[in-house]
Amino acid sequence: MKTVILALALVAAATLSAAATEYTVAIDKMKFGPVPVTLHPGDTIVWQNNDILRHTATARDKSFDLDLPARSSARMTVGAAGNVPFYCKLHPGMTGTLVISP
Amino acid sequence: MIRNIVIGALLALGMSSVAVAADAPTDPQIAHIAYTAGQIDIAAAEQAIKKSKNADIVAFARQMEEDHKAVNDQALALVKKLGVTPEDNPTSQALSKAATDKLAEFDKLDGAAFDKAYIDNEVAYHKTVNEALSSTLIPAAQNADLKALLQQGLALFTEHQKHAAMVAASFK
Repeated sequence: MKTVILALALVAAATLSAAATEYTVAIDKMKFGPVPVTLHPGDTIVWQNNDILRHTATARDKSFDLDLPARSSARMTVGAAGNVPFYCKLHPGMTGTLVISP
Repeated sequence: MIRNIVIGALLALGMSSVAVAADAPTDPQIAHIAYTAGQIDIAAAEQAIKKSKNADIVAFARQMEEDHKAVNDQALALVKKLGVTPEDNPTSQALSKAATDKLAEFDKLDGAAFDKAYIDNEVAYHKTVNEALSSTLIPAAQNADLKALLQQGLALFTEHQKHAAMVAASFK
């Protein structure tokens, strides 16, 4: 029985990880590019700063805060479902919203 | 065309007399104007960092300094790559003169009066440079790399104008 449960758990874990998707949000010319339309908890977002300036990707609710030096990228795992407005702390005119579905 | 930039720039910077050039700027002149415009904002930022005690003003000024230095470094690298020597011109000279006068004027101010004068001028200055970039400098630029860098500069200045307006709103 123990083995069956373990096997089931492994299958479930594999299924979960297979379902997670990686997306890229590019920053170009002082703007966040399009965010993924369908995002779920556990997905990955790679924030890619193509500008010659430092930016950040910072959630208003403080659930994430990534430093993005010029021409660099950083990845994060998407958190709980909900709407998460974000901005660049250094350039507050740059904004966007992640819509995370359950 | 270049005449309009000068007049617009000087009006925004509060000067009434203008020096004008008749023709559209060349690439070496455009490079000089863009670099000068960046240096002016860096000098204004340095003054604000030195004089202001307001955390928002100082943070904004530090950002201006960092961003404009980054863009100007790119501009220098580009002119080197292209083998272009930036050429001084009446627009650059007028911008520099107006900026020097502004620095002297603001130097006499302190505290909240300085903060307000600095941030209001940042809104006006970025607006003026944006208009010059979009109406004159970008259309006149011949070299594709220079044009692309100016477009990047316009995006940056546009965000800075928004950012300055946000900070300025807290001083109303």
